[in-house]
Amino acid sequence: MQSGQTVAYKNKILPYLLLAPQLIITLIFFIWPAAEALFQSVMVENTFGTASKFVWFENFSYILEDSHYINSIQITAIFAAATTLTSMSFSLLLAVMADRVIKGSTFYKTFLIWPYAVAPAIAGILWYFMFNPSIGILAYFLQNLGYEWNHQLNGSDAMVLIVLAAAWKQISYNFLFFLAGLQSIPRSLIEAAALDGASPFKRFWDIVFPLLSPTTFFLMVVNVVYAFFDTFGIVHATTAGGPASATSIMVYKVFNDGFVGLDYGSSAAQSVILLLIVGFFTIIQFRYVERKVEY
Amino acid sequence: MKYITINCFLVRCICLVFVLFSHSSAKQTIVWWHAMGGSLNEKVNTIAQEFNESQNDFHIHAVYKGNYTETMTAAVAAFRARKHPHIVQIFEVGTATMMAAHRAVYPVFELMNDAGEPLKSEDFLAAVTAYYTDPDGNMFSMPFNSSTPVLYYNREALQEAGFDKPPRTWGELEKISRAGLKRNYSCGVTVGWQSWTQLENFGAVHDVPFANLSNGFEGLDSEVQLNHPAFIKHIGKLASWQKDKVFVFGGRRSDSAPKFYNGQCMFYINSSASYSSVKANVTKFNFGVSFLPHWQDLVQEPKNSIIGGASLWVLREHALSEYKGVAKFLSFLSSRRIQSRWHRETGYLPVTHEAYQFTKSQGFYEQNPGTETAILQMTRGEPSINSKGLRLGNFVQIRDVINEELESIWAGNKTADQGLKAATERANKLIKKFLRRNF
Repeated sequence: MQSGQTVAYKNKILPYLLLAPQLIITLIFFIWPAAEALFQSVMVENTFGTASKFVWFENFSYILEDSHYINSIQITAIFAAATTLTSMSFSLLLAVMADRVIKGSTFYKTFLIWPYAVAPAIAGILWYFMFNPSIGILAYFLQNLGYEWNHQLNGSDAMVLIVLAAAWKQISYNFLFFLAGLQSIPRSLIEAAALDGASPFKRFWDIVFPLLSPTTFFLMVVNVVYAFFDTFGIVHATTAGGPASATSIMVYKVFNDGFVGLDYGSSAAQSVILLLIVGFFTIIQFRYVERKVEY
Repeated sequence: MKYITINCFLVRCICLVFVLFSHSSAKQTIVWWHAMGGSLNEKVNTIAQEFNESQNDFHIHAVYKGNYTETMTAAVAAFRARKHPHIVQIFEVGTATMMAAHRAVYPVFELMNDAGEPLKSEDFLAAVTAYYTDPDGNMFSMPFNSSTPVLYYNREALQEAGFDKPPRTWGELEKISRAGLKRNYSCGVTVGWQSWTQLENFGAVHDVPFANLSNGFEGLDSEVQLNHPAFIKHIGKLASWQKDKVFVFGGRRSDSAPKFYNGQCMFYINSSASYSSVKANVTKFNFGVSFLPHWQDLVQEPKNSIIGGASLWVLREHALSEYKGVAKFLSFLSSRRIQSRWHRETGYLPVTHEAYQFTKSQGFYEQNPGTETAILQMTRGEPSINSKGLRLGNFVQIRDVINEELESIWAGNKTADQGLKAATERANKLIKKFLRRNF
């Protein structure tokens, strides 16, 4: 209220100048493409872009009437939930264990972080080869165990394959955050509980886990967004949406209709829908889940 | 000191620019985007290099742009930004899209005519060019790499099963497979590119329409007719054979090849262009190449098979003088020497009669038994409206839909009847979507 409390600059342009780089980056890399997608989603264009016309929301109505699109939404929900859950539970387990290691902890940490440097498509290919029904080593083991693994024909096998590949890649990232979260929990709290006779499991469940909740919450948002947007490469390299569209997640359909079908209007409309869904989830998460988080 | 280095740098830049300019002013550069990876890429580069050395006006710059879909997408995106190549290689399923793009595509017959380069469509193998020709006989693109599916068979397996000739019909194939399955073999036949080999070519060979309006040649508003009883019968048979391993599905593209290479499967149906890979990978037994099997109750005299592969399309919006070079290069490409060599080295079909006769006269087919099968199968009999090829909008996605529905059938989730009906419906929706876009 009083000028003495806040520092006032006389220069009116300086704050804008300081903000400019960030604003320009946001404009060019986020706002502009998003606006372009919005614009294209209400247009119909021929393949080479030599003619186009405005069609209102026809692209949207075409998509939402398509039973395969509705199916794709369901598949995406299953995929995102399974990937987030698998990846986060494994990385929490690894982080808790790495947190206790005293000798050679750097070695473990380095190797646990390593997979994050692997490109999604390569991660997909790795798992694809291991599970390939003709030549894959894991498929061979499963066959010996009496399970006829075939992700080329069996939809659930294919879903398990892409969930594993997507979750595996994200484990490192989650691990890193969980480990940092664990290390910021005051040792005195845990020691005090131990002195009071709490078992290791009780200490984890009653003290560590609640104190870790900001990290868990943050990672949940990041993982869901990752599963929705970043997993295209994995699907493209392994199942290509098959068999019988069992793994055709929404972001893959955006690619397929846009770049294979060359139907830019439909593709843009789908990315707008995807944007709305992820936006909606993020708002829900922040409004309702965050309230339960203890900082 | 600093100034001197900067000066040196500037001088070098100027020199470089000068060199670049003097280079480009001497020869006009023509860009060719293609999808030929690996050893084929080297062969494409050799062709480009030979053309560059053969004359002084133009320089062909061949660029590998990824697989067929990626190359086509890249060309479309580049055209939208007006940074497109002169020539682009487009796979056969992209033909309808390219033909509909009047304002982007410079038809080859027009280009050759404008540039005064000779182009006689009767010099070309009709079975190859028909795919890229309009109803008036005008060639829209230059055929480059064409192939057709053939049957590869394990000679030893055939003998062990007690047969001395490869099967001509599906009935014979079943009989031999069942005999082989009682011995060492765990699978009868496996196939690659199932839509192309088991439906598109099946339709041509059995004279059954894949789509109405002459398979789409007479108009883009055609409808797919996969619910035809002949298709239902064939796919139904394959599905039932799957239970006792007479037929084994091994993936959408050529993923099933190892099953034949390692001696699991006795038969393998895939492109004639797979010949060199089969030859390189089959080490444990002798293999042979034969015609595609047919159902005797559906057709007495099997028709010709149809092609797959790609052709070269010329894009508009470049300088007029450069198109002269494009025309020259296309002539060079279809010359006897280049065509015959390309055919012999890659297993793709020769495009002209001259190249075929020349290869024959050199004794190539006698020295490499099986290499002529594809050409004989392609050129047998008189082509009917059902065996000229296919021209459908959104064909790339239609193939995906067919793959999905066939997979449902193989997995036992749908009967052949249900799956093919669903495929027909979904494919026709995709054609409608294509029409909506290409107004």
